[in-house]
Amino acid sequence: MIRFLKIIFLLIFITSNALAGSDGDLKLSNKSKSTKDCFEPLNRATFALNQGLDKAVLKPVAKGYRSLPAPIKRGTGNVLNNLSTLITIPNNVLQGDIKLAAINTGRLVVNTTIGILGIFDPASEMGFPKYVKEDYGQTLGAWGVGPGCYLVLPVLGPSSIRDTAGMFVNVMGGDPYYNISVNGNNEYLDGKFFAATKMLSGVEFRANNIESLDNLETNSVDFYASVKSLYTQDRENKIKNIQRGSIEVIYNEDGDWEEIDTK
Amino acid sequence: MKRLFIFTLFVIIFFTNFNQAYSISPDVFIQSTVNRASQILSRDLSKEEKIKQLKIIAKETVDIRGVGFYSLGSARKEISNDQKNTYLDLFENYFLKSFSSRLAEYTNPEIDVKNKQILNNNYTIVNSILIATDDRPEVKIDWRVYTKNPDNPLIRDLIIEGLSLARTQKEEFASILNSNDGDINALFKILEKFSNN
Repeated sequence: MIRFLKIIFLLIFITSNALAGSDGDLKLSNKSKSTKDCFEPLNRATFALNQGLDKAVLKPVAKGYRSLPAPIKRGTGNVLNNLSTLITIPNNVLQGDIKLAAINTGRLVVNTTIGILGIFDPASEMGFPKYVKEDYGQTLGAWGVGPGCYLVLPVLGPSSIRDTAGMFVNVMGGDPYYNISVNGNNEYLDGKFFAATKMLSGVEFRANNIESLDNLETNSVDFYASVKSLYTQDRENKIKNIQRGSIEVIYNEDGDWEEIDTK
Repeated sequence: MKRLFIFTLFVIIFFTNFNQAYSISPDVFIQSTVNRASQILSRDLSKEEKIKQLKIIAKETVDIRGVGFYSLGSARKEISNDQKNTYLDLFENYFLKSFSSRLAEYTNPEIDVKNKQILNNNYTIVNSILIATDDRPEVKIDWRVYTKNPDNPLIRDLIIEGLSLARTQKEEFASILNSNDGDINALFKILEKFSNN
């Protein structure tokens, strides 16, 4: 309980600093807050480093992962999703969505017990609503904190000041899985196990996007800018909890299109 | 009198059918376009031949000029008419190569049009689904169709799982311009290089 209060305090601290001197515009405006690229030269250098690591390590590993039998990949994906509900549930609460927090808690209990530590997903088969991940960066965004500057983190990839602050909340007590494995002093889990699951998440994401990222790289005139744009759009959709491909996303861009028609 | 009635009826029927024949609903337009593309992609053709045929479809169905101006963002207001013409030529070559090369990677994609939502007189959004295969999950694709001329609807954007390709392209071009102090010639060079490679 004390840890949860600490997280809330930390998030409020970040939010109040981010909104200081904003004269209320940040809270009231529905317009997407643009992500400035304040550290572009450094970001581009980190991006190049990440691309090198990707070609040398991540992509070959992801290709290997992809050749595994489908049930193993499905089971791995299910376990990783199940672990992520530990972060999603407190964020549902912080965003005021108590009903969804209860549903996701039910999902976690069912999948961890009947689903054997999350290897299977009986909750979906029982008719639980489609699972949507939430994180502390999204909660800060939902509270009105803008993204701040765009950041490319070594190894971890695209982020923003806000989303990086959200990641810090995970290791400061916001991620129960981190607390149990790294700080839990138990004989089954440790920091290495935690790191391994995080790496596996990265491999799984990369394996699911081999062709689309290759295609994007080949057909972009500025691959760095394309990745930045896609990351920004994706975060905007997630923060607004807009179902991807919905009409709200499309309306958001209408002003620019209408201007084209007057030319 | 009877002859006049038959003639009037004939004229009404003729013009009603004439209008129907040349006005196409945006969802039907998208389904027929994706069916045409799908046929090409499923045929036993070389990649080069597929790209060539996809370019023909793109030229007929995409508002390349509109997408080009949108992608240029606010820079379109600052360049001369000559520069605009140069840009549109370069953009068309870039777009056709980029668009058709992206599509040519897919073999026999199955796209089902599900719904349409009219935004206003100029735009209708057509919702479709790229059917899942063993290698990839189902993908939602929305099409922004420009309907100012209902007889000739044109595609202006593809929104894949909520991510707009036109916006991505616009931000890509803005990044190039920013990195080169707003010099449009730097963008021209990059587009030319891409098309010639």
